[in-house]
Amino acid sequence: MAVDIITYVFIAIGCFFNLVAVIGLHRLPDFYTRLHAGTKCTTFGSIFLILAVIIQSVKIWSVTGASSPQSVLTIHAFIALIAIFATNPTGAHAIARAGHRSKIKPARAVVDDLEGKDHD
Amino acid sequence: MWIPVAIFLAACIIIALVRVFLGPTVPDRIVGLDTINTIVIVIMVILGAAFKEVILIDVAIVYALLSFVTTLFIAKYIEKGKF
Repeated sequence: MAVDIITYVFIAIGCFFNLVAVIGLHRLPDFYTRLHAGTKCTTFGSIFLILAVIIQSVKIWSVTGASSPQSVLTIHAFIALIAIFATNPTGAHAIARAGHRSKIKPARAVVDDLEGKDHD
Repeated sequence: MWIPVAIFLAACIIIALVRVFLGPTVPDRIVGLDTINTIVIVIMVILGAAFKEVILIDVAIVYALLSFVTTLFIAKYIEKGKF
């Protein structure tokens, strides 16, 4: 029963942060802040939603025995979690660098301190 | 338990899709696309748990890696640089 409560709390956290991400895509003024909202919040919310899936399937796994097909679902969900955790911030960094190099200024920005410093 | 979560996330995808259509610049659209990709991965994992189908979670893993590669290539493209 406590496992179910933890699962519901994780689902609530995950849904809330995904909703915050898509609202932030519309509310924020320029490209960099939209990137901030759209990738950080979806990474955090997705981690919690997949953790809810893992917890629930570990619960079913512990009931049905060690050699049930639920073990495959648990381990593969964990691999999907690692894939999101590794690839999402990297992609966000690539998009931000590409946006800066295609001369996009933040909203109401006057001075760009990184101007001309394009060496990696 | 899982199906309402999947419907909620699908509504989130539609809201993010509005940004993809409206976005004033190309990187804005790509940010929307990246957000949609992440939410689609989560929906696949959640539907795999709902229907107890491992194949959906396998597809989610492959989708995550392929969307990462896609994002990197689009970023290289809008950078107008060399590979």
